Amino acid sequence: MNATQTSWRRRLTYYFKHGDVLWWALITLSALVAVVLVLWIGWQVWVQSAESRHAFGWAFVSPWAKPAWNPALDKFQAWPAIYGSLITALIALILAVPLALGIAVFLSELAPPWLRGPLNYMVEMLAAIPSVVYGLWGIYVFLPLVVVPVGKALEPLGGLPVVGELFQGPTPASGFTRLGAALVLVIMILPTIAAVSRDVLQAIPRSQREAAMALGATRWETVWKVLLPYGQSGILGAVILGFGRAIGETMAVTMVIGNSAGGGYSILKPGYTMASIIANEFAEAVSDLHTSALMEIGLVLFVITLLLNALARWLVVNRTIKRA
Amino acid sequence: MQPETAVVKVSAGAQPAAAEADTKMLINGVSVYYKAFRAIKEIDLPVYENRVTAFIGPSGCGKSTLLRSLNRMNDLIPGARLEGEVLLDGENIYAPGQDVVDIRRRVGMVFQRPNPFPMSVYDNVAFGLRLLGLRKKSVMDEIVERSLRAAALWEHVKDNLGQSGMALSGGQQQRLCIARAIAVEPEVILMDEPTSALDPVATLTIEDLIQTLKEKFTIVIVTHNMQQAARVSDFTAFLSMDDDRAGYLVEYGPTMELFTNPRKKLTEDYITGRFG
Amino acid sequence: MPTESVYAHVNLESNYRRRKILNAVMLSLTGLTVLVAVVPLVWITVYVVIKGGKYINWALFARLPAPMGAPGGGVLHAIEGTAVMVTLASVIAIPLALLGAFYLLARPNTSLAHGLRFSTDMLAGTPSIVIGLFGYAVIVVVQKHFSAFAGGIVLAIIMLPVVLRSAEEMLKLVPAEMREGALALGSPEWHAALKVVLPAAMEGIVTGVMLGIARAVGETAPLLFTALGNDNYEIGKIVRSGIRHHQSVGKILGQIFAQPADALPLTLWKYAQQPYQERVQQAWAVAFVLMLFALGINILARARLAYRRRKLYG
Repeated sequence: MNATQTSWRRRLTYYFKHGDVLWWALITLSALVAVVLVLWIGWQVWVQSAESRHAFGWAFVSPWAKPAWNPALDKFQAWPAIYGSLITALIALILAVPLALGIAVFLSELAPPWLRGPLNYMVEMLAAIPSVVYGLWGIYVFLPLVVVPVGKALEPLGGLPVVGELFQGPTPASGFTRLGAALVLVIMILPTIAAVSRDVLQAIPRSQREAAMALGATRWETVWKVLLPYGQSGILGAVILGFGRAIGETMAVTMVIGNSAGGGYSILKPGYTMASIIANEFAEAVSDLHTSALMEIGLVLFVITLLLNALARWLVVNRTIKRA
Repeated sequence: MQPETAVVKVSAGAQPAAAEADTKMLINGVSVYYKAFRAIKEIDLPVYENRVTAFIGPSGCGKSTLLRSLNRMNDLIPGARLEGEVLLDGENIYAPGQDVVDIRRRVGMVFQRPNPFPMSVYDNVAFGLRLLGLRKKSVMDEIVERSLRAAALWEHVKDNLGQSGMALSGGQQQRLCIARAIAVEPEVILMDEPTSALDPVATLTIEDLIQTLKEKFTIVIVTHNMQQAARVSDFTAFLSMDDDRAGYLVEYGPTMELFTNPRKKLTEDYITGRFG
Repeated sequence: MPTESVYAHVNLESNYRRRKILNAVMLSLTGLTVLVAVVPLVWITVYVVIKGGKYINWALFARLPAPMGAPGGGVLHAIEGTAVMVTLASVIAIPLALLGAFYLLARPNTSLAHGLRFSTDMLAGTPSIVIGLFGYAVIVVVQKHFSAFAGGIVLAIIMLPVVLRSAEEMLKLVPAEMREGALALGSPEWHAALKVVLPAAMEGIVTGVMLGIARAVGETAPLLFTALGNDNYEIGKIVRSGIRHHQSVGKILGQIFAQPADALPLTLWKYAQQPYQERVQQAWAVAFVLMLFALGINILARARLAYRRRKLYG
């Protein structure tokens, strides 16, 4: 009894003198923080959106339900915002992916070493500029000079069957449109996709390039027939990551999209995205149900980005980087 | 220690084997630099047609660098530069206006580690053929089969040409890479330590293969394994590293001669295992 | 089997010509994409510098906002708010991130480590507006008022993954022998971590912290309904009034954090679309400040990183 007591006491003194128990407790708890935060964020947007979920059910997010966003009547339906997010992100992707892949290929395969450094900087810088600065530049420079002319040029497409729906004009003179948001997003997601794709390409063993070149492949054939297929899942991951960025991007989009809850599918009209409707209305929500509906949009946004990011991470890390 | 004399002597001494063979490639005063560092200096060597030429020497002596200068693979390394000339059928492959794509088609290469593409066995072998613009399925099938047979792999894969090249064993992967290389019918095949990543059994298969391949192709092989050089090659070049860390040619000659009766002390030390 | 050469079936010359043209065209297009990306970067940077630089003046940094539509005034309130909230965020996020990174270093393969890496990536990918909603729900709703404190917390959540990821990378670069050597000499784990590994990785970690701060300074969305904004936020006034009323330091600090606060990007957002020209001009000036700050820190951080990598790998 006495012996165990002393050894127990000695061990305790030992531990505390060296401080490792405290240290382990500290780093383990800190490690738990990020894990808990993700769960907690999910839990909060779930709980806070209860009222809206009960009031509207699945119709809230359904593309087929009658669109309605009327705080005065406490009627909410989120499809226009979801559509706005999807269409702007999709257009941004269609334009950004070829550009970003070109940049990634150039950075990883073609650029001479002296140019590589500065160009890598450039890509990082594009990502570093705060979102609001893009927004401000967007309102006063990009919308009038680029978006309005492009919008006007697209208006004739409004006559086409089916897809014509997307191009119903006229483009507002201010340029505040879904198209404007999409084009600003192109610039903003470009660095994400380019940087991740570049890393994926660089992780491909040199022996693959040599194998192709030794068979007499040109540089381009090496890229197109060997490297891009080899890195396809990682590059897909990069694209999905870019999609997630585009859907989650808030400030710049809020500043240029025109913030209108109107229905319709035209990209030449103002609209909302999920992020922008929250940014624009949450602080001034007029009722508990309004707040709750915005929280539910936050929930949808959180779930979508979580799934996209998890998928992208799996594709990039497990399928490409580890295999290489 | 003058490389020129070495060649002169060898060509004189190597008559029996060389007399029947034409010179396919000629390495003429070749030095390769990586930026300021000179990796190999002033090497002169012939490569005879339908013969196996082996490069041996201690690691770091530049034998791979020399090999890679034969199909301009060193071009891919930024800062690499070559002095001298490499003749292929009497034409300098480094001359301005030479088409590197065509050179690499004519001088194929097999690497240290098997590097199949992550696609099917069939697509691996067809890769070079598709680059050449071959469209006809029947001809493609025929050449793929012929190449796989020549690489002694056909029997293993004929029932499942759709399986991934990466799913094969190491030795099979290397034979797939050989099949891929010979499908485009190169004139010369360069092999950079092709068995160093393989087990002894797979190594023997590849060595046997080299013996049959030399009937149709000219082969240059780099190996760190002297027994292998002795087993498979007709001519051997022994390279070593000078005080300035640049690789140079110590001795070149018919393999039998070089191994049984080396003219240089350094060669003798190396092949008897006293050095390197 | 009749063995016919592949060259009986292809026209090598035209094949080469076609491939070489394709190669040249595609490689040029690739180069072109890089130019296309340079355009917006240069355009934004130059435009903001010229336009914003015009409206930079002393009052901008020294004064509170003038009444709507009146000329003059500045954004001191936003500078102070940003400083207060980013400081709070740093104080919370940096130690947490470092300790988390030390956990990843010590136990790289436990399920908690995998969970932490995954969560860090997910947190980094969560839209900042959602993190703002979270801050609103767990702080603003509970305290029943918007505050600099709530703003600081959400910024900490934004910073955490940025700092943690780079810290992990930097700690991993420290040779394992250094830590093991210290442990073998009988030094306890925490001592090895803080006195041996941390100093060795310090330079890189500082870089990650700088990037985290740059990110937090530029964030707007999460502050919209946590810090809310406050045209009259002035630390000097709070402190002076505190001293006058003989309040304790803790109480004064508490008041600094308890008030709603403004931040530079938040001010930019509000000013950008106001009908008063002075405000729009100030928005450009703030954009100038924010952009130079973000680009400056990023350039500095990347340069340090590159320097350190070069030193490590020779």
